Amino acid sequence: MGGLVPGLSTIAGPIDQLFMVVLILTGIAFFLVEGILIYFLVRYRYREGRKAKFVHGNRRVEILWTVIPGLMLFGLAVFQYDTWTKAKIDFPSEAVSEVIAVSANQFEWKATYAGEDGKLGTEDDIQAPINVLHFPVGRPIIVELQSTDVLHSFFIPVLRVKQDAVPGRPSRVWFQAIAEGEYELACAELCGLGHYRMRGFVTLESQEKFEAWLEEVAARR
Amino acid sequence: MTETAELSFVRRYVFSTDHKVIGKQFLFTAMGFFTLGGILALLMRTQLAWPWQEIPVIGKLLFGSGGNILPPETYPALVTMHGTIMIFFFIIPILSGALGNFLIPLMIGAKDMAFPRLNLFSYWVMVPAFIVMLASFFVATGPAAAGWTSYVPLSILKDAIPGSEMGQTLWVLSMMLVGTSSILGAINYITTIVMLRAPGMDMFRLPMTIWALFVTAILATFATPVLTAALILMFLDRTIGTLFFAAGEGQVILWQHLFWFYSHPAVYIMILPAMGVASDIISTFSRKPLFGYKPMVYSIMAIAALGFTVWGHHMFVSGMNPLLGLTFMTSTMLIALPSAIKTFNWLGTLWGGNLQLRAPMLNALAFVSTFVIGGLSGIFSAATPVDIFLHDTYWIVGHIHYVLFGGSLFGVFAGVQYWFPKMFGRMMSDGWGRIHFILTFVTFNLIFLPMFVLGGYGMPRRIADPYVYEMFTNLQGLNQFMTYALYVLALSQFILAGNFFYSLFRGKVAGKNPWKANTLEWTLDSPPPHENFEHIPTVYRGPYEYSSPLVSADWLAQDQYLDGTKPPEVMPAPAVSPAAGD
Repeated sequence: MGGLVPGLSTIAGPIDQLFMVVLILTGIAFFLVEGILIYFLVRYRYREGRKAKFVHGNRRVEILWTVIPGLMLFGLAVFQYDTWTKAKIDFPSEAVSEVIAVSANQFEWKATYAGEDGKLGTEDDIQAPINVLHFPVGRPIIVELQSTDVLHSFFIPVLRVKQDAVPGRPSRVWFQAIAEGEYELACAELCGLGHYRMRGFVTLESQEKFEAWLEEVAARR
Repeated sequence: MTETAELSFVRRYVFSTDHKVIGKQFLFTAMGFFTLGGILALLMRTQLAWPWQEIPVIGKLLFGSGGNILPPETYPALVTMHGTIMIFFFIIPILSGALGNFLIPLMIGAKDMAFPRLNLFSYWVMVPAFIVMLASFFVATGPAAAGWTSYVPLSILKDAIPGSEMGQTLWVLSMMLVGTSSILGAINYITTIVMLRAPGMDMFRLPMTIWALFVTAILATFATPVLTAALILMFLDRTIGTLFFAAGEGQVILWQHLFWFYSHPAVYIMILPAMGVASDIISTFSRKPLFGYKPMVYSIMAIAALGFTVWGHHMFVSGMNPLLGLTFMTSTMLIALPSAIKTFNWLGTLWGGNLQLRAPMLNALAFVSTFVIGGLSGIFSAATPVDIFLHDTYWIVGHIHYVLFGGSLFGVFAGVQYWFPKMFGRMMSDGWGRIHFILTFVTFNLIFLPMFVLGGYGMPRRIADPYVYEMFTNLQGLNQFMTYALYVLALSQFILAGNFFYSLFRGKVAGKNPWKANTLEWTLDSPPPHENFEHIPTVYRGPYEYSSPLVSADWLAQDQYLDGTKPPEVMPAPAVSPAAGD
């Protein structure tokens, strides 16, 4: 975010752009307000015997500084709709996606992959080692999140992905990675005394390497 | 009740119905809890800078059995209790409890609150809350540790974290009492402001502090019962095994909705009074009328009304239907508008003024300049796509502290130093006040500005040891820097405490109106006598007629009669004796 963390998913670009838009707008507002404040502090500093202006307000400036920021804020909200819809509302179809089940519990992540039949919840599901997650690059991934005890939150900074895992109420999150590499998954919702060490190891890799890894895990079982 | 002298010590200073005494009781207890909350913050930040290291001096005292090292289950407890204590036992009591109680009757020209005995009760119902919350530190499994938000199921499953044993039950009980006190105080404030204003004190002649406390009381009356009800459900879930919030049978996310339906308005309960205080102080020390009085009042109302429509912005990634994210984002963006209007009007007040940069004014200006950062940083997390990344990171911690420390706390520093002469009849030292201000302002920014950088890296909040993650190991240096800054900030508070207590006994005698201010409290002796006004004053004008051409002085009191001034036509307040309705 803000160039501090690489953005390695299709949604990262638009999100980072929106961050920059907000940063520029609020930056202008910040320097304007603080600049005027400091200028006034110097310009109107106390002088013995001087009387201040006797002014109670000004209708015209009130209207100006209500309407302009109001329109900007409303516009800024509408400007986010598209990216939010892409990120959280419009899911890709399961047919073209890799659907993965991730279960969270104190203090570990367990990923389950579909076996040869391509379906989850069947005999041949493949259970990855604890806290190990592999995702193929270049195609949509749908993660079906669940928790078996308390709230956790599935947070992969480089992918700009965060979603709470709620016990008793499965949730879904999707993303599409665009580069390979090894990264970390953090729990972002206080979940107990081991919350700080609820860390997952994320590997983003090509479809071939991903399939090879999956076979290896299945064979070890 | 004119036989003041005959009241026993206990009736005068302990179980007093005098709003001024109750205000001071809230003030002193809140100062105690500020110290405690600060110590918890010191422990937290020490852990973040040097995780699992021996803590010098107090480590032995607190964690002696564990090799002077903070145990892992203690960190969530620190986070939880720091938030709970600072919000519910410091900021709300010192703004609404201390300043509200002390100022409302004085500033509207009344002898006391409408219900003095209810007022007494609203303080004394807090005392068991204090005791229960403090007792929770001493139970074997420690105090509550599920965050000040106490999200279920962590706060309900007893084996989920040690704090979810006895500690959480005590937390719930204590919070119910706090809520009760809030509701009682709020009803009293509303009644008093509506019914007991002096003749001529129209609603649109009230000082902004009173407007802010009035709207805050309305917020508290509508929002707090929701929290109290949710706490009762949580209490039943924890004790007799109901399943309101249980996973599967109940609704886990329902708690979040109920909690934030109260706690988002609660953020405004914590900031609106400070806004009122800042408005009064900025106008007084600019020697100039407040710019845009009515827009200021309408902004407060707008914040309060919109404040009930934005709670879902805490829940964008909670599993709440993402469509709702769009509506909550829009309302959240719009609530930034009245805050912006207020900021512009504060600048308008400074424009063309004759600015006296005394300690209360400096703190009020710090309120404006840091509240701007608090407000603007909120726009990032209001933008739902950006919030996906920022939610539950240090960005949020930075944002809330710019609002509540930068905003509310500087408002408190300003208000306490401004009204100290009225409360205790003596002046605090302005020089030491400025030194305290500079040190606090600089170190505050050195602690909390870097939090936005930590948030930009994605460092989650409530993490006892961020360096478990490889991606955060590069942040340890920055965290250590912030912790050093906190040590300086903490030490600086001794200057304030020293100035406060020294001035209490040795300060320069203040006289009635040391700041040459217009509002009614400054027409009284310092401190004002029991029942305040011997004769109820008549109000002829608004509170901000500074530098009026009608008089040669640069101030004009609200109750000063000038030849040709129209006497008030309506008598808004029936001549009710404050004790009569109780």
